[in-house]
Amino acid sequence: MNTSFDRTLSDEDVLRRRATLLQRLHIDGPLLLLLLLLAAGSLFVLYSASGKNLGLLVKQASSFGLGMLAMLVIAQLEARFIARWVPLAYVLGVILLAVVEVMGHNAMGATRWINIPGVIRFQPSEFMKIIMPATIAWYLARNNLPPGLKHTVVSLALIGVPFVLILRQPDLGTSLLILASGAFVLFVAGLPWLWIGGAVAAVVPVAVGMWYFVLHQYQKQRVLTFLDPESDPLGTGWNIIQSKAAIGSGGVFGKGWLLGTQSHLDFLPESHTDFIIAVLAEEFGLVGVCLLLLVYLLLLARGLVITVQAQTLFGKLWAGGLTMTFFVYVFVNIGMVSGLLPVVGVPLPFISYGGTSLVTLLSGFGVLMSIHTHRKWIAQV
Amino acid sequence: MPEPIRLKDHEKDARLVRARAVVGAVVILLLSLVLMVRLYYLQVIQYEHHSTLAENNRIHVQPIPPNRGLIFDRNGVILADNRPSFSLTVTRERAGDWQKVLDTIVSVLELGPEERALFEKRVRQGRRPFEPVPVLFELSEEQIARIAVNQFLLPGVEVAAQLVRHYPQGEHFAHSVGYVGRINERELKKLDPVDYSGTHHIGKTGVELFYEDLLHGQVGYEEVETNARGRVLRVLKHTDPVPGKDLTLSLDLNLQKAAEAALGDRRGAVIAIDPASGGVLAMVSQPSFNPNLFVTGISVKDYAALRDSVDRPLYNRVLRGIYPPGSTIKPMVALAGLDSGVVERSTRVFDPGFYQLPNVKHKYRNWNRGGDGWVNMELAIARSNDTYFYSLAHRMGIDRLHRYLSHFGIGQRVSLDMFEEAAGLMPSREWKRVSRRQAWYPGETLITGIGQGFMLATPLQLAQATALLANKGKWHRPRLLMKADGMTPEQLMASGLLEARPAPPDIQLKDPHNWDLINFDMQQVVHGARGTAHKVGATARYRIAGKSGTAQVVAIRQGEKYDRNKLQERHRDHALFVAFAPAENPQIAVAVMVENGESGSGVAAPVAKQVMDAWLLDENGRMKVQFAAAVPQEVSREH
Repeated sequence: MNTSFDRTLSDEDVLRRRATLLQRLHIDGPLLLLLLLLAAGSLFVLYSASGKNLGLLVKQASSFGLGMLAMLVIAQLEARFIARWVPLAYVLGVILLAVVEVMGHNAMGATRWINIPGVIRFQPSEFMKIIMPATIAWYLARNNLPPGLKHTVVSLALIGVPFVLILRQPDLGTSLLILASGAFVLFVAGLPWLWIGGAVAAVVPVAVGMWYFVLHQYQKQRVLTFLDPESDPLGTGWNIIQSKAAIGSGGVFGKGWLLGTQSHLDFLPESHTDFIIAVLAEEFGLVGVCLLLLVYLLLLARGLVITVQAQTLFGKLWAGGLTMTFFVYVFVNIGMVSGLLPVVGVPLPFISYGGTSLVTLLSGFGVLMSIHTHRKWIAQV
Repeated sequence: MPEPIRLKDHEKDARLVRARAVVGAVVILLLSLVLMVRLYYLQVIQYEHHSTLAENNRIHVQPIPPNRGLIFDRNGVILADNRPSFSLTVTRERAGDWQKVLDTIVSVLELGPEERALFEKRVRQGRRPFEPVPVLFELSEEQIARIAVNQFLLPGVEVAAQLVRHYPQGEHFAHSVGYVGRINERELKKLDPVDYSGTHHIGKTGVELFYEDLLHGQVGYEEVETNARGRVLRVLKHTDPVPGKDLTLSLDLNLQKAAEAALGDRRGAVIAIDPASGGVLAMVSQPSFNPNLFVTGISVKDYAALRDSVDRPLYNRVLRGIYPPGSTIKPMVALAGLDSGVVERSTRVFDPGFYQLPNVKHKYRNWNRGGDGWVNMELAIARSNDTYFYSLAHRMGIDRLHRYLSHFGIGQRVSLDMFEEAAGLMPSREWKRVSRRQAWYPGETLITGIGQGFMLATPLQLAQATALLANKGKWHRPRLLMKADGMTPEQLMASGLLEARPAPPDIQLKDPHNWDLINFDMQQVVHGARGTAHKVGATARYRIAGKSGTAQVVAIRQGEKYDRNKLQERHRDHALFVAFAPAENPQIAVAVMVENGESGSGVAAPVAKQVMDAWLLDENGRMKVQFAAAVPQEVSREH
């Protein structure tokens, strides 16, 4: 023990000396590289999707900058330090969601924002996307794995409160993401397969219940339209028909940058936000979309490696939950735009226009970096 | 004993998380594969479908209607042209406060509040803010000028021009050239939807209808790129329309006017044909109407006035009017008698004022109750002796009469390009058996021989039969079209641009000299001392071959006398006269029908002569050079 301890100390010194700038800044090189790649790609596609709107591009670029800053700040915080504040953050988050419920700012028929004019325009549900998996990870890490019935029930209750609050805003996409981010932590923590199977089996009655008691008419309409888009070709079905036409007409190599007719002639709705993948698919074809998927998969792979290598159980669970939630973003967005899934408002990570989602996502990657770079040197031997 | 503290087994936890991460990775890979398969399906397998969808989204084809071909008379005088008509349009998007703009329009054009309300209604009906909505049609010159002067007050307001059919000759050619009108539902079903995609008007009657295919032309296209709201962003491709072909008709404006003047304000029909070609020189159906009323949409009141008028101005008497041809067919019957050998030139018939069939009491009366005594063919035609023709018809029999007169076009549609022509009726045994379920009686043959009874003919058929006499049996279908695109109707038919309508076979006589004999007898009608139309002949500057006739409107009972004073004006006989001239070298064949005119020789013949004068004589009353040269100086008056 002693010898190894001595050697470790000296190794630590050596490593400290060898530490690169990235390591000193607690930045994970592969993640940073992939994120910068996505940022560049995003601006490229956005320029076309927004109809060469430079103002929009500048806004998106500054959102990237802001997000990167948030990422760097979070990366500096040690995960174990964060862990102490997680319960408080969770309670604060739930309170804010409740405040939104009572007096939130109303935009486009949905109450999602807390607006303090001149100070901040804040969407508590975005904050919950990071805190939700952290909360479950914090809770489960205190006990032995795999979680027993009691811990599972408590975890589900912790997930359920913000889920219902966000669903009532109403924001189906975000509430499902919150639900997924908590559930993935349970999954990574080794929730018994039998229970997972049971939960999947319970989806049908729960879905029926939600259909009658929870979902809003427009949400029901979206599901119905998904099942048969041609039934309402000029209404809700229009989006899906047009986005499929955009994707399909791109072919293997695409029509070329700035040459997509569907988006440039306004046939594609929300072409620079949720439906931006259709622009990319139209202009860069199958090849373009597969390249993007590849970058996503590399990010996910790195996330899973960080999960496995994390030193603390809290870190493992949080990292695992964040990584898998990130995949849900990708899958749901591409799935809905290509007509595989119903239309729920989920942006395509790093590509869709929107500052809030960028900051949230980059904060998540900041967490991953923190978990990875704050491992004790001892663990690396 | 304190309970043993359950230590966290880090190694076990790590293994568990690692296992779950591996499962997660596999699921992520599988789901990513699902996405890729989906994209492959959309972008490779369904590529054609979706690129077609996207193209259809983007490209819209806008038709450019072709300009309708113009119509000229034989001298190049325009009979139908296209006149720009101006309408006022408002584009909401560019007008800004369009309510204010409408107020300005109303005040600039000094219109009333009703128009203001109408404008607002029309603007509101415009579905897209960037599309110009027409609010006021058929602007006058002054209105256009006022708009132009105040243009700065009227953002988004434009004067738009479109071409509308116009008939500068008004009433003169309403029955021959016809008119165009808005395409109706029924026509829409029959039309080529592509070629007519930008066209609003179509030929409704006359030449406009018959030559619709030639006049219309081919639609042009503009392929435009539009956005999701249908706004045109740019023109991708432009295909010019092919304008319709210009038509030159054989009609002559001056002759038409002369014929109308000759008819005066009587109701009736005049048709003049060039026997050498079949070209119609004049076609008068009086009274007429103004075809321009129909182009932009005739008002209910105007239409009711035309439709309900007792004079029936919309009725084309030349083509649709069917009358008993009366004595005008006697030259043809005589010719048939000669050719079939039933009579000789010298055969004589005694006329006591009537004719009786053997063993039948009924007396078939001559119009001249006193009788003309011994009558030969020359006198029978000149005097229009009924008795002679009763006798001739009796000897001929209905079958031969039917065959010969059918060759002359009686009972058939004879024209080449007049769509609404009535067929008339040339009765036969077969016809009577089928339509009346009765046998043919010999007495019916007699009255057929003088153009009465069942027989019905249009003025056009009479003119054509006369032209055949002038032309020695050579058939040309009467036609209005002279040239289209440098082609005659025959050439158009040969090249498939027109449905072929071959002429019936020419009439071949066993002895062609008989043509000249009948020609001579018809000259005696006009120029002979006892000819029925000798009054006309007295002033003629050239020799006319003619034949008068009357068409009964009301049957006169046996033994009753035709008393004009007893008959209402509209029940009096129609007066008929057919003629061609100059007799030696016919240049024009004319048929005249004066409704309720009573006397063919007295009323119709002078009309015919005036028409022929107008065609053959110059302003000094001398034969026009080209005709004079064609007429032999010494006129043979043998036989």
